[in-house]
Amino acid sequence: MGTVIEFANVTYNYPLTKRPAIKNLSLKIEEGKFYGVIGANGSGKTTLCALIRGFAPSFYQGKLEGKVLIDGKPTTEYGPGELALRIGYAFQNPFNQISGVKDTVFEEIAFGLENFGVPFEEIEDRVVDVMRLTKIEQLAMKNPFEMSGGQQQRLALASVLALNPGIFVIDEPTSQLDPEGTESVFEIIEMLKAQKRTVVLVEHKVDLLAEFADEMIVLKGGELIRFGDKQEILSDISLEEKGVQLPQYAVLGNKLINKGIALDYIPITEKQAVEVIGKAVRQGGAS
Amino acid sequence: MPYIELKDVSFAYPGGFLAVDGVSFSIEKGENVAIVGQNGAGKTTTVKLLNALHYPTAGDVVIGGESTKGRTTAQVSRTVGYVFQNPDDQIFHSTVYSEVEFGPRMMKLPEKQIKEQVDYALKITGMKRFREENPYNLPLSVRKFVTIAAIIAMDCDVMIFDEPTAGQDFNGNKRLSRIISELSGRGKTLITISHDMVFVADNFSRVIVMSNKKVIWDGKPEEVFWNMPVLEEAMLKQPYVSRICNALGLSGSVTRMDDAVEIIAKACGKNTSEDLEA
Repeated sequence: MGTVIEFANVTYNYPLTKRPAIKNLSLKIEEGKFYGVIGANGSGKTTLCALIRGFAPSFYQGKLEGKVLIDGKPTTEYGPGELALRIGYAFQNPFNQISGVKDTVFEEIAFGLENFGVPFEEIEDRVVDVMRLTKIEQLAMKNPFEMSGGQQQRLALASVLALNPGIFVIDEPTSQLDPEGTESVFEIIEMLKAQKRTVVLVEHKVDLLAEFADEMIVLKGGELIRFGDKQEILSDISLEEKGVQLPQYAVLGNKLINKGIALDYIPITEKQAVEVIGKAVRQGGAS
Repeated sequence: MPYIELKDVSFAYPGGFLAVDGVSFSIEKGENVAIVGQNGAGKTTTVKLLNALHYPTAGDVVIGGESTKGRTTAQVSRTVGYVFQNPDDQIFHSTVYSEVEFGPRMMKLPEKQIKEQVDYALKITGMKRFREENPYNLPLSVRKFVTIAAIIAMDCDVMIFDEPTAGQDFNGNKRLSRIISELSGRGKTLITISHDMVFVADNFSRVIVMSNKKVIWDGKPEEVFWNMPVLEEAMLKQPYVSRICNALGLSGSVTRMDDAVEIIAKACGKNTSEDLEA
């Protein structure tokens, strides 16, 4: 599997700012993998997303040093609209996603497809498919601006799914969703992964990242402080000092070890916790 | 007599959409209550009925012995402060300070008291350092704390927080916990809506579960989070530490991290009280 996104020593400043939002960042993102982006608020997560999609610097302006490469070509060398075909981008605030020119959910989702010249017959099928997937089919005729925050978040995701791009960049899609809605978003991402799509997801719900993601990108103050294997990163309790939430099972594992209980490893998912803590309990009970 | 009382309250929006259907509960002064449930379950509409942003279309809402009927939102909101789910529905000033100062100023409090209450609100929410900042220069998760400060500055007896945990990071959640315990310690009556079951289990002594416009359970966290039929009906899950205890058959009531550590350590044959001495 090849590299689809590469940051080569990237530093980026928004206009009129002295402190870079992203600093000396280098990493390679491989095709077909699911990357979870974590870090405190203000650590640069959204800017990382905007750099991948090319909004920084093309839309936000500002100063970019180094290169962000998509399929080997710098984002700054792509023509307007070209990256939109390759990268689906779901904004943190769904309000930024919704066009404002369409009166219904159905038309809103169809809007992007129309712009890309998808044949009319195909549009309807795709819109219906993604509405079902994101569980908003009953809202098809509703005005996007009369929907709740959670419903707007689903619509924003649906609009991106409809375009069926190779790379998905999704910025906090579940912040206003209930637990059930949140899980359904992760199920959709699982499905994207099965279709060999590359997914970059900013998400505070680290317990679900532990379950579903492949690799982690951890930012602090615009710098990449950890990158790679989720098992190692999400069990490292020292990250809490850097404002990074760890999965509940990892916190529990660390606390048990501090109590002098021997665990084979620190669990990050429920399955691992049942296995490793269950073993400790059975051995403890026997001794 | 309870401080807040909902008596068989229903609410339908103009146009007929029923959002709350025959809800009854009462809350004593000084209680610290969470409301949980799916999107669309009626949580936000219910709390908006408490500060007269809505009036019941059937039943009655009584605050401090007085029905909200016939009282204006401005009158009721002196007693019941509501922090909106979306901070941008609430913020309209150009600096954090003027935003937070607006409420107490409208209440025509003495100058000295305004200053004290605003300073206190900025301090406990951590917004002091942003006092001269335009709220819209701050990220959404921080803007939420500006709106929380604006309500705290009014020093209402009852404060309602609508999904304060949405989009918060590790330190944001810790700060929310501190604010809730501080206000609770001051005898405030607090009502918080949240989708974060870990946060709910850690911070509240009572949980009201709503599903499909009705209250389906009302009790202590350990009663709610070990009641599988209720969780299933409300499409909720146990907090993670409850799940592991459940899977290992260790407890029927754990909802918090530290309790889980104790009970697992005990099951592993560790004498926990000795550990504490050592």
